[in-house]
Parts: sequence; structure tokens; C-alpha cells
Amino acid sequence: MTFLVDLLAATLRSATPLVYGTVGETYAERSGVLNLGIEGTMYAGAFFGFAVALTTGSNEAGLLAAIGVGLLAGALMGLLTVTLGTNQHVAGIGLTLGLIGVSEYVNRLYFGSAEGLKRIEPWPLLEPLGPGSVLSQYALTYVAFLLLVPIAWWVLMRTSFGLAVRAVGENPEAADAAGISVARTRYAALMIGGALMAVGGAFFTLAALGSFTLDIIAGRGWVCIALVIFGRWGIGRATLGALLFAAIFSLQLRLRILPGWDIVPFELLLALPYLAVIAALAISGRNVAYPGAYLKPYRRS
Amino acid sequence: MSAAVWRLGGSVGRLGGAVGFPLLVLAATFVVTTPFILMAGVDPLAAYAEFLVKPLTTRFGLLEVLTSAIPLLFTGAAVALAFRAGYWNIGAEGQLLLGAAAAAGVGMAVGGLPPVVAIPLVVLAGAVAGLLWALVPALLRVRLGIDEVVTTLLLNPVALLLVEGLLNGPWRDPVTQFPESQPIAASAEFPLLMERSRLHLGFAIALALIALTWYVVARTPTGLRLRAVGLSPQGARFAGIPVARVLLGAALVSGAMAGIGGASEVAGIQDRLTGGISSGAGYTGIVVATLGGLSMPGVVLVALLLGDLSVGASSAGRALGIPSQVGDVVQASVLLVTVALLAMRRYGIGPWRARGGPAAGIEAAAAISPAAAVADLTDSTAGDDSTAGDGTPDGDDTPDGDDTPAGDDTPAGDGTPTGDDTPDRDEPRR
Repeated sequence: MTFLVDLLAATLRSATPLVYGTVGETYAERSGVLNLGIEGTMYAGAFFGFAVALTTGSNEAGLLAAIGVGLLAGALMGLLTVTLGTNQHVAGIGLTLGLIGVSEYVNRLYFGSAEGLKRIEPWPLLEPLGPGSVLSQYALTYVAFLLLVPIAWWVLMRTSFGLAVRAVGENPEAADAAGISVARTRYAALMIGGALMAVGGAFFTLAALGSFTLDIIAGRGWVCIALVIFGRWGIGRATLGALLFAAIFSLQLRLRILPGWDIVPFELLLALPYLAVIAALAISGRNVAYPGAYLKPYRRS
Repeated sequence: MSAAVWRLGGSVGRLGGAVGFPLLVLAATFVVTTPFILMAGVDPLAAYAEFLVKPLTTRFGLLEVLTSAIPLLFTGAAVALAFRAGYWNIGAEGQLLLGAAAAAGVGMAVGGLPPVVAIPLVVLAGAVAGLLWALVPALLRVRLGIDEVVTTLLLNPVALLLVEGLLNGPWRDPVTQFPESQPIAASAEFPLLMERSRLHLGFAIALALIALTWYVVARTPTGLRLRAVGLSPQGARFAGIPVARVLLGAALVSGAMAGIGGASEVAGIQDRLTGGISSGAGYTGIVVATLGGLSMPGVVLVALLLGDLSVGASSAGRALGIPSQVGDVVQASVLLVTVALLAMRRYGIGPWRARGGPAAGIEAAAAISPAAAVADLTDSTAGDDSTAGDGTPDGDDTPDGDDTPAGDDTPAGDGTPTGDDTPDRDEPRR
């Protein structure tokens, strides 16, 4: 029983950053922009959130800083792909390399001394039912599942802004003709998405770990990209995908410490969730309908 | 976007086009990165002199530049080849790691063999491992239409875990207990090309491979098919080209090249497998390929430039006390600045604003596209490419004969997509 409770709690916990990232990426892609900057944006969110929390002593300030960095990253992606119409794959990879580079550079510059790992006091778990229950989670996890997912769904599917996002991602010419600013809508989607990705990254440093380590995101941004496809650009299905990945991730963490499993190298188990995502894509990702204007810059003719 | 998009402007790697363009890129990169350099309390001009000029002033520095360009030559060529075919191999990092692991495995086992046998075996092991690592995403793409961007990306962390698994497990050095493999056999080590340097056989292998790739891509029917698929898979299919086979071939050769890059780092530099064997060369390969305009001469030029930067950045770390990660910042800035300036030139924005008439840029791809299958990711913009160049107002997009196999990759073409590269004209002749 405790094993199951533990597993469920861990699943919700490790799904949290993926939910932020996946929702953020869904917004970007629904507006027609593939944002491969997600890995770097999560990384920069993790680092700058941590750096500001460390220097100010306030995790809230850290979270705000992460959001700021995410907005900036989204705006930069917008400048490159929306205003300038550069290739989205290259802009995204470049953004990721740049944000990781800047994070590691600043980290080395200010915190790189030999005094060992810097730590902050991470946010505590909220424990409405006392310790050790499924509901023992960080506030950011509650926000992700109870606020972000329903609100993000509602905004995307039920508001005029969400309609605009979907319209510019599906058929920008028609949206433009209907009086929607394609550029402004895509910038908004990218910046909202960037902020969410950065919060997802900051979850690691401000809540789960309380410290910043190199390679802290470890490809989870790429996982989010896959989950968006797995979710067919829907918020709900993508969230399910995030839970699935997190469940496998949490399961392998627990399997490791069970007797008999120690003969399996833990790296193999760690690789399992990534392989599961690829398998899930192979099974369900065939011939999915991409947003109509996916990867296409828009310019009035 | 189709591969042709990359070829759109005299990129850093192209000698043709305006000589001023690379200077503009350098100036803009300097401006963008100055705040970061100032953060370290270092004079930006001194820093750039250290990054770019200093390594070239000594024999040792020059040879180090060549040495650190080696993995970038492999991965840059690998990525450029795949992108040229419109196959988005973003997994060169993983392919390089697998190649390194396999080369180390074989290298440790060939102790009794003479170098003429051992070295080719090590290289072959790297190639095969890289190829196999590229096989799964390639098959998923051509058989099931699964986006290779995602799958190749996701396999990178898996490859790293695999290497770490080997190093923490069966291959851990029993003497030191470090997570490093034991050294490979001495007979499997790449010989040095120059005394008192680290420049090894890998450099020659890389250049030979790049020359061969250049020849195949630019001068053979196979290369023509590859470029046709990259420009427009639909058009190529219409012309009877087996698109799936071409994509598969490009993906596998690309993986093999990256894998040899891994083997070269093992047999040429480290003499063993280490967790940090790649240092991101797979991702940097994307930078190299893009800045090189997806052309092989461009790849060589940019790999050398980034080799210079990386040697310079680490020496600046010692000389000026600036973290060597500044090299990564500069490198990413160069990439973003270049693609931004290319787009501005192409669409007539900023300094390239049209003197007369509006900047006619892309007609955003034909209104509604049948974006159902992944294949369309690369298809859909082919229409763009054929129209885009026409509108650039600066007149540097005169037809340059870029579509004749012979003219390709020559510095003459500045690569602006003039629309004369469309497969409709290319394939029927074959």
C-alpha cells in the first residue's frame, strides 16, 4: 500500500515540470511555431529561478525571475521565427544552446567557486492529510493540475484569445483576413508558453531539489515536445502523457531499490521512460494532424 | 522548412556573396555578447582578440584549433548531409556517443592486431554503431511517419545514459575506479599527424570523408536525388525518386559519420571512453552545418572557426579569468545572429529595406496546406523557396546556376533560393 501511495505521489511530483512544459509547448505549437527552445528555457528557468532565490533569499522572487526569463525567451523566439521568419528548428536549437550556455556561464561566474554546492531552502510540501499521502505535494504541483490544466484548456478552447491562437496556427491567412494580428497572437502564445516552460524548470530548483546542478533538465524539454505530439495538441491528452512518463520514471526509481533489481544497471532503468515515449509515439503518433501552419512563417503577400 | 532554406544567403561558410556579410555577423555578435563579457569584468575587445586571434598566433594554438575542429567536422558534415535531404537528424550527439562506445569496445579488444587492421576496425565500429543508433528514428520516419526531430532528440539522453551505464558498470576502470574505460590497445590509437601536437589521424579521415561527401552530393545522380528530396519530397516522388530510400540512406550515412566522429575522439584524443567524450559536439554540429550553408566547404570553414573559438575561449579562461563557457554563449549568438541577419536580408528588413516598393518576402506558403503527414513538414515550404528569392531587393539573387550538379557548392552561388533549384527541372533529366 505504501508502495502504491508513494508511487502515485512521486508520479504527480515528477509529472509537474512536464505539465508546465507541455502546456507551454502546446500553446506555441497551436499558434504554428515549434519551439525547440523549450529545453533551454526550462534550463534557464531552473537556473535563474535558483540564482535569484539564492541572492534574494526569496523563492517567490526566484519564481518571478524564472517567469521573466521565460517571457524573454518566448519573445526572442518570436523575434526570430515570427518577425524574421527564420527556420524554426534552427532558431529553437540555437535558443536552447544559447540559454544553456548563458545559464552555465553565469553560474560559473557567480557561483562557480570551490565552496561546493550552493543550496536554498526549497518550498515545503503541502500536507493536507498529514505526511506520506498522495496529496503531499508542492504548491506548484497543485497549481499545475488544479489551476493550470483546466485554465489553459479553457483559454485555448473557449476564449477568443484561444480561438485566435488556434486560428493563426491553422490558417493564418484566414485569421489575418478576420482581423486577427498573426504576429501579436504568436508572440503572445510563445511568451505564455515560455513562461510556463521556465516555471517547469524552476520547479526543480525551487521545490524539488533546492539546488542547481548541470544537466538538470536532462532532456525533459524534448520529452515535452514528444508529449505534445502524443497529446495531439490537446491539453488533456498531453497531461495524461506527462503522467504516463512520470509514472514510468517513478516506477523505475523504486524498482532500483527492490531486492533482485540491483542487477539491472540503473542507467538502463533511467533510459526506460525516454524509450517509452518513443514507443508511445510509434504507436499513437502515426499520421497525426499537425497544426495547419506548423513551421510556416507568415507574411502578408 | 526544406533544406533549401539554409542555402539562402551567403552564410559565413560561403566565400561568395557580399564580403561584408561575415563582418556584419561578427559585429552583431560582438554587440550581443558584450554584456556577458562585461559581467565578468573583462574588456570585450581583449576577450575577442583572445577568442579569435590568439590561438592563430602560435604553432601550438593553430594545431589545437585543427584538433578541436575534428569532432565538429564529423558532426557538421553529418548534420549537413541529413538536412540537405530534408531529414532532421538532431541526434548526432547520441550517434557520436554510440560510435565512441563501440570504438572503445573494439579498441580494447584488438590488442594483438597491427595498427593497419586495428585502426580500420575501430573506425568501422564507430560507423556501424552510429548508423544503428540512427536507424530506429529513420525507420520510424519513413515507415510510420513519426517526426524524426523528436525521436532523434530523445535518443540523445538515452545514449548518454548508455555510456554512463557502461562506465559505471562493466567498463569501469578496475584500477582507478574512475568512471572511465580502460585504455584502448596502443595499436588502435590514431597516429599523430604532426609531432609535438595532438593533431591526429581523425583530421585526415574527416577531410577525406567530407571531400567524398561533397563529390557525391554535388556531382553524382545520387546526390542530385538527395538534393531533390530535400527541396521537395512531393516533387521528387512525382519524378519517380524513391524518397523513403533516399531519406533512409541520408539518415544512416549521417549517423555513421557522427559515429566515426565518436571513434575519432576515443582513438585520437582520450584513448578511452569517458562520460565527457562528446562535449556537445553533436549539437554544435547543427551550428556548423547551418552556418556552413549545408555545404561541405562551408562545414570545413565553420568547423575551423568554431575550433578557433573553443581553443580561444578556454585560453581566455586562463588568461583573462572569464569562464570558458563564454565560448558556448558566443557560439549560440553567432548562430542566432546569422540566421536573423540572413532572414533580414532575404525579406528586405532592416539594413536591407527595399528602396522602391515593399519588401516582397515569402508569400506565406500557399494558404491551406494538406498538413496531414509528417512528410509535409518538409514539403510544405518548398513552395516558399521557389518564390522567396525573387523578391529580395538587393539583387544578389541572380540565377547562379546552382542547380547544375557542377555548380553546386562552388563559392560562386551565394545560395539565395532563386527558384531555379526546383526539382521539376532537375529530376526529369535523370
